[in-house]
Amino acid sequence: MLLEVENLRVSYGHIKALHGISFKVDEGEIVCIIGANGAGKSTTLRALSRMVDVEEGTKMLFNGKDMLKYKPEKVVSELGISHVPEGRRLFGNLTVLENLKLATFARKDKENIKKDMERMFSIFPRLEERRHQEAETLSGGEQQMLAVARAFMSAKKVMLLDEPSMGLAPKLMLSMFDSLAEISREGTTILLVEQNARLALKFARRGYVLEVGNLVLQGDSKDLLNNPEVKKAYLGG
Amino acid sequence: MSLMTFLLQNVLNALQWGSFYAIIALGYAMVYSILMLFNFAHGDIFMAGSYIGFGIATGLLYLVTSGIIAMPHWLILVLTIILSMFVTSFLGILVERIGYRPLRNAPRASAAITGLMIGIILETANLALLGAKRRGFPALITQKVYTIGGAFVTNRKILVVVVSIGLMLLLDQFVRKTKWGMAMRAMSYDFVVVPLMGVSIDIIAPLTFAIGSALAAAGGVLYGISYPVLNPYMGIIIGWKAFVAAILGGRGSIMGAALAGFLLGFIEIFVATVFPSTLRDLIAFSIVLVILTFRPYGFFGKPYSAKLRL
Ligand SMILES: Nc1ncnc2c1ncn2[C@@H]1O[C@H](COP(=O)(O)OP(=O)(O)O)[C@@H](O)[C@H]1O
Ligand SMILES: [Mg+2]
Repeated sequence: MLLEVENLRVSYGHIKALHGISFKVDEGEIVCIIGANGAGKSTTLRALSRMVDVEEGTKMLFNGKDMLKYKPEKVVSELGISHVPEGRRLFGNLTVLENLKLATFARKDKENIKKDMERMFSIFPRLEERRHQEAETLSGGEQQMLAVARAFMSAKKVMLLDEPSMGLAPKLMLSMFDSLAEISREGTTILLVEQNARLALKFARRGYVLEVGNLVLQGDSKDLLNNPEVKKAYLGG
Repeated sequence: MSLMTFLLQNVLNALQWGSFYAIIALGYAMVYSILMLFNFAHGDIFMAGSYIGFGIATGLLYLVTSGIIAMPHWLILVLTIILSMFVTSFLGILVERIGYRPLRNAPRASAAITGLMIGIILETANLALLGAKRRGFPALITQKVYTIGGAFVTNRKILVVVVSIGLMLLLDQFVRKTKWGMAMRAMSYDFVVVPLMGVSIDIIAPLTFAIGSALAAAGGVLYGISYPVLNPYMGIIIGWKAFVAAILGGRGSIMGAALAGFLLGFIEIFVATVFPSTLRDLIAFSIVLVILTFRPYGFFGKPYSAKLRL
């Protein structure tokens, strides 16, 4: 197993956000966690990136290494896990190119950086056209492209994606997921969290269902898509 | 004296006086822009830089006069500026490490108080170390007076202005062109996500303090050369005024702070030409107050609400 999480518990002050969830992601997989607003999806990804503290008893292993020993920047630069945060969080005052370059700050493999950059520009040609434009001036779709490309430039073993469909028109959503599939094809493992369950389950091979801090269902995406409970709660009946 | 000469004379004076404010204000603005805290110890770092420069210059002069090494005075001057910037940058790193890092997630008010305390510690440590006796900064260059269009200007004033502006341009290039500068700009926009880029805040924060402190030290040496009497409290008033300039420039705007520093110099000098010098600060800062009433975000600041978490 590439990523093994056991009994993940997170609280924000008195609010318990995750009550001890366990899940696994294998190398090369696309896995999704679906759930309603407030279920704890973003918190799960924040915990993996070490951006929030986890509680006693939590186990997170990456390639057998204890992730709790890593600081957020080391999760990226040493473990190779990148994170596209909720709301994209681009550096609006930097150009497209600067956003991408900054993501390579800690990387020493110059040759690969160049290759990765070219790859991103071939997947998202719009970004190359706008490379000297400040990120603030991009359209919503372009900003999402940049958020994904920036994360890829920072680390590409695993990408954690927090609602990449958010705020995109249906057509853009679909092309975004096509691009993600292309990224995955060359070996990047993807853990996706989404409110848009139908889209996520069509994209991922396996899925988990998160309900107010607990994982209540898991399985192959096609089974989840046919599961009556999932249909009722997340797929509009 | 003709009006033109009169104006020119005051512009030259204001440029020199504003240089001090500008070069100190840069440090305030840099730290604020990336960490959202005002380093109220900064004026005292300027003081420390001046004393460190004093120590280095005195040491070098001693080596030269006792015949141990030979070097011209201009080289002593250059070395004094560079070495005091270098040494003082470590003081900045220390202040960040000991004073601010433990409080990174604490309320901003605690961090502000920490700054004030570090300032007092620097002042009193200086007193304890060197005593209350005022120190005279060695005259590293013999004063020469030039006349430009009837106005007088000394080589020291020219030095102050040229070195300050030179350092500001260097800083500007650093922030624009290097990856560390890029990380600083990114941090000023959204410091929470910066670690997700693989960038450690524990590198960028001390680096910012180091650069700000080095600039303050350059200011301190230039100040010592222009006004050669040093005392442990010399950084307080000038530090506060530079802080005002940083606010006037706009939230964290680095070049805004520099320009506002010069503006403050101009306001003070020109107020002093018209009114008795005892009224100088009163009138100058009333003007600043009026400016802030109309431009509450300063010249280059924008309304902004920082995202405090992911
Ligand atoms: N920074 C925070 N402070 C306090 N509570 C939070 C914070 N972030 C999230 N929460 C709470 O934790 C729970 C899970 O939130 P989140 O992980 O953002 O859910 P999701 O991403 O599934 O919408 C919610 O009840 C939310 O209100
Ligand atoms: Mg969320």
